[in-house]
Amino acid sequence: MKVPYSWLAEWVKVPWKPKELGARLTMAGFELEGLESAAPPFTGVVVAEILSAQRHSQADKLQVCQVTTGSGPTLQIVCGAANARAGLKSALAMVGAQLPGDLRIGAAKLRGVESQGMLASAKELGLADSSSGILELPADAPLGKPLREYLGLEEAVLDVNITPNRGDAMSILGIAREVAAIAGTKITGPKIESPRGAKAERFPVKLEAPAGCPRFAGGIVRGINNRATTPVWLAERLRRAGVRSISPVVDVTNYVMLELGQPMHAYDLAKLKHGIRVRLARAGEEVTLLDGKTVQADPDMLLITDGEGPVGLAGIMGGLRTAVEPLTTDVFFESAYFSPEAVQGRGRRLGLLTDASQRFERGVDPTQQARAIARAIALLTPIAGGTAASIVVTENTRHLPKRPAVRLRAAQLERLLGLELPAARVTKALTGLGMKVSSNATGWKATPPAHRFDIAIEADLIEEVARLAAWEKIPETDALASQHFRRLPEEQPAERAVLEALAARGYEEAVTYAFVDPSLQEKLFPGKPALALSNPIASDLSVMRVSLWPGLIRAALENQRRQQDRIRLFEHGTRFEPDGNATHEIETLAGLASGARLPEQWGVTKEARSPADFYDVKADVAALIAETGAAETFTFEPGELAALHPGRAARVLRRGSPVGWIGELHPALVKALDFTYAPVLFELDMGALAVKRAAFDEISRFPQVRRDLAVVVDEAVTLSTLAERVTLVTSSLLRGLRVFDVYRGPGLEPGRKSIALGLIFQDISRTLTDEDVDRLMASVITDLRESLNARIRE
Amino acid sequence: MADLTALTAEARAEVAAAADAAGLDSVRVRWLGKKGTFTEQLKELGRLPPTERPAAGARINEAKEELTRALEARREALERAEVERKLVEGRIDVTLPGRGEEPGGLHPVTRARLRIETLFRGAGFDVASGPEIEDDFHNFAALNIPANHPARALHDTFYFPDGRLLRTHTSPVQIRALLDRGAPLAIIAPGRVYRCDSDMTHSPMFHQLEGLVVDENVSFANMKAVLHGFLQAFFERDLAMRLRPSYFPFTEPSAEVDMACLFCAGTGCRTCKHTGWLEISGCGMVHPNVLTASGVDPERYTGYAFGAGIDRLAMLRYGVNDLRLFFESDLRFLRQFRAFTS
Repeated sequence: MKVPYSWLAEWVKVPWKPKELGARLTMAGFELEGLESAAPPFTGVVVAEILSAQRHSQADKLQVCQVTTGSGPTLQIVCGAANARAGLKSALAMVGAQLPGDLRIGAAKLRGVESQGMLASAKELGLADSSSGILELPADAPLGKPLREYLGLEEAVLDVNITPNRGDAMSILGIAREVAAIAGTKITGPKIESPRGAKAERFPVKLEAPAGCPRFAGGIVRGINNRATTPVWLAERLRRAGVRSISPVVDVTNYVMLELGQPMHAYDLAKLKHGIRVRLARAGEEVTLLDGKTVQADPDMLLITDGEGPVGLAGIMGGLRTAVEPLTTDVFFESAYFSPEAVQGRGRRLGLLTDASQRFERGVDPTQQARAIARAIALLTPIAGGTAASIVVTENTRHLPKRPAVRLRAAQLERLLGLELPAARVTKALTGLGMKVSSNATGWKATPPAHRFDIAIEADLIEEVARLAAWEKIPETDALASQHFRRLPEEQPAERAVLEALAARGYEEAVTYAFVDPSLQEKLFPGKPALALSNPIASDLSVMRVSLWPGLIRAALENQRRQQDRIRLFEHGTRFEPDGNATHEIETLAGLASGARLPEQWGVTKEARSPADFYDVKADVAALIAETGAAETFTFEPGELAALHPGRAARVLRRGSPVGWIGELHPALVKALDFTYAPVLFELDMGALAVKRAAFDEISRFPQVRRDLAVVVDEAVTLSTLAERVTLVTSSLLRGLRVFDVYRGPGLEPGRKSIALGLIFQDISRTLTDEDVDRLMASVITDLRESLNARIRE
Repeated sequence: MADLTALTAEARAEVAAAADAAGLDSVRVRWLGKKGTFTEQLKELGRLPPTERPAAGARINEAKEELTRALEARREALERAEVERKLVEGRIDVTLPGRGEEPGGLHPVTRARLRIETLFRGAGFDVASGPEIEDDFHNFAALNIPANHPARALHDTFYFPDGRLLRTHTSPVQIRALLDRGAPLAIIAPGRVYRCDSDMTHSPMFHQLEGLVVDENVSFANMKAVLHGFLQAFFERDLAMRLRPSYFPFTEPSAEVDMACLFCAGTGCRTCKHTGWLEISGCGMVHPNVLTASGVDPERYTGYAFGAGIDRLAMLRYGVNDLRLFFESDLRFLRQFRAFTS
């Protein structure tokens, strides 16, 4: 909220300069978000009067004005503004003036006519974002007076953040109350009195939804001139508070809202038919609002209606049909109390966030509805004339908010803050906030003032005492904690170790969004259900990922676009798999490799610089698997997944249960996505990497024997089948099985391949003899021949 | 009998001239071999009178021995030279890079998170987690943010059609941890959170750190000590911290945590918007309604909670000036974070 310093000072004695005031407010819970002066710096601008204005002979849109600043020679100014006219007082930027935006005024010739300065608009002076002509100053503006002085533009405007619990502070009065509480002073403020000697004229009001609107003050003013000009002091205050000046009636209601925190509405009395009823909307009931938009109200929304239907959305925005206009002469002011429960959320549902709704949904002081109208009348009549009738309050007191007393125990205060406070200091803090406070044996009882909607329990009082009486004194106290050990489950893989294992193999960790492009995800996982957001931030970030691949693929493509030709990325995050009404959030580890097997370097074979393939990435996955200490529990079996090359994809299983995938991106996708090198992808459930605790295994002291064997088998026979047979036959004597070559080509029948195996035998209790090993090899060979139709190459 | 002195001199000259092991060996054969010159000399001893033989024989043997020593010395010299030569030939450019894979690295946000976890574990906190898709109860209602509460407007929540949502903060883990484990309790819960907001300084997905301590006499003063201790440990320096009264529905009293700007030491700079302070966290005493909603008796227990942006901590720690860099997966950015993680 914008708080012009002078306005605040009208309501409370401020013992501090603006900067200090800001710091004090900040430390009391009202953060200073900005401190600016009422206008950007400029010099050389004074109040001046146009004595005459004549059409420029060479230009239709220019006028040649004779201007006086009260002393010195009359100046000739060429001006392009349509509102430049004889008798108008305006702002003159003299020769040598420095205006915002680094604009320096010099003597100039415009279409051959000398101009000794510039008549300035509000925009040119940094007083508005746009303006339609030069500044219009009141007739009594003193000629020659520097404009900054005349308008008080040096004053500071504080931008203060009001937290959502403090609706009561969304006004000059509210901030003044806080300043008074901090400084230990009292609220001053202008005296507000009901119009004196007013005749009674009543516009009927019925409260048909008293829970939502238990109090409604109305006041009639007849015979006003709404075309009058709002005085510059009032318009300036509104501007400094961030509100545009519109017409006297509207300006006054806005002024009162900003000053007292009571939103008001003004109706054109001539358009208001029969009496007002405040009632709940009927389903689908339509209201056309001041901004011209028609909305459909829900049955939980309060409407202000007259004999012809809705005239406003209570607490949010008034209706167009009864709006005041320049020609309006009679107005009816509304100043109501709408309960927060009756307003909260309604505006947002309709996409309407207004100054009024923000205040009502946080809570508006239920006691000052009539006072607000009195203030408005007192402001309006000197500007626009008119006669006010007496203010009429319609109410249902049963539904007005209650403020029961709240207890505060001294012991609880000390326990929660970790600080003992003198009782008198506590009493002073609470009474300073306008509470009625009484002491008792255990502490205090405090009755909050009507405007404090946020004080209902002990903790609310503790907060008030803390921020006003204790804040800076609360010490930093180490807690006394017992030393206790929590068991450390060794089978749970240490996240850091897993991530670092991948990093050590050249992968960079990426963090990509959990929501992805549905079209990419559908290409990778056609038909797989995914959870869609109702309100995505962008259409390409609208469904929850069912795999980390869409994010990694996108990241890889972006890196490829950034001329990175070798990409290794991994991610550790959640994937989301819908399952009926539930969603499984699965902790997942995934990676992508694209481009050369090794980084560009000297002294390696050409092969080492060819694009990484399935087996390179399989080695990375195998390295992870090995770290579980139970690599033998993992298997890879050929599998098919739409995203992957059908012949180069494997399902990863642990003890027979699927735990992930590895494979080369499908060639069609490689092409469609425009990858330079086919990426190889893997994805594993993090939970599958459970560690088998290392168990010591006796080391054999006897020599090992190696025998090599080249086996020719059908293409369809996988290594895992082959290894399974060999292991089966050789039982516990096989220490290791290596593959040192795979060959296809000349010398072999078509459809067959040769796999060269190195078998390493060793016994734990004796030296194996040649005969032992010969026997083992013979049984391996026999078995492979019989079970796999293998031929042994000599 | 030939002049032994002349012969010896001649032989020694040949030894000195031998350029390698083979040359040296042929010198040896020529002089000391079966048909070598000195061997021949010995054979000719028979022609001398018997009385002269022993002396002549001794002289010849002396000459042989001298030559043998010369040969040996020369052989050693040649070997040494050979070793020298091989060493010189075997010299490599040690500044050429090594072969093989280059290491990758952990994401800076992960690095910061792991660092935070280590620090808090050391202070006796457990690390907890919770789901990223939440329901209204855990994300809002149990945290004292009922439907229509104005504070909801600050959350820019992503919703699913069935009313579930992406958690807007890690605070739901407070509720889950209390419901699961009860009091007393000291946890942190780092994790990804989501808000429907994206610009220079906001990402629709970011990382938060939640902290919660509930015990019988936990105070605001304890919270101050933990937050200040953590910040000084994380940034490895003494720095001022201040709390500013603020508002969160789930804590009361609530505060914003500011720490002295790391870049200007409080004198004011662009990073701290000339305030001298960096807003780093929000905190407060757990609201009694939250304890009640989590099945904890607020009369018996008190607690504090805090939340901080891990991304922001990482940005400050590593000097990253644009939040969006964390989520762009740019290898040129990611490769900058290489070091043993602590």
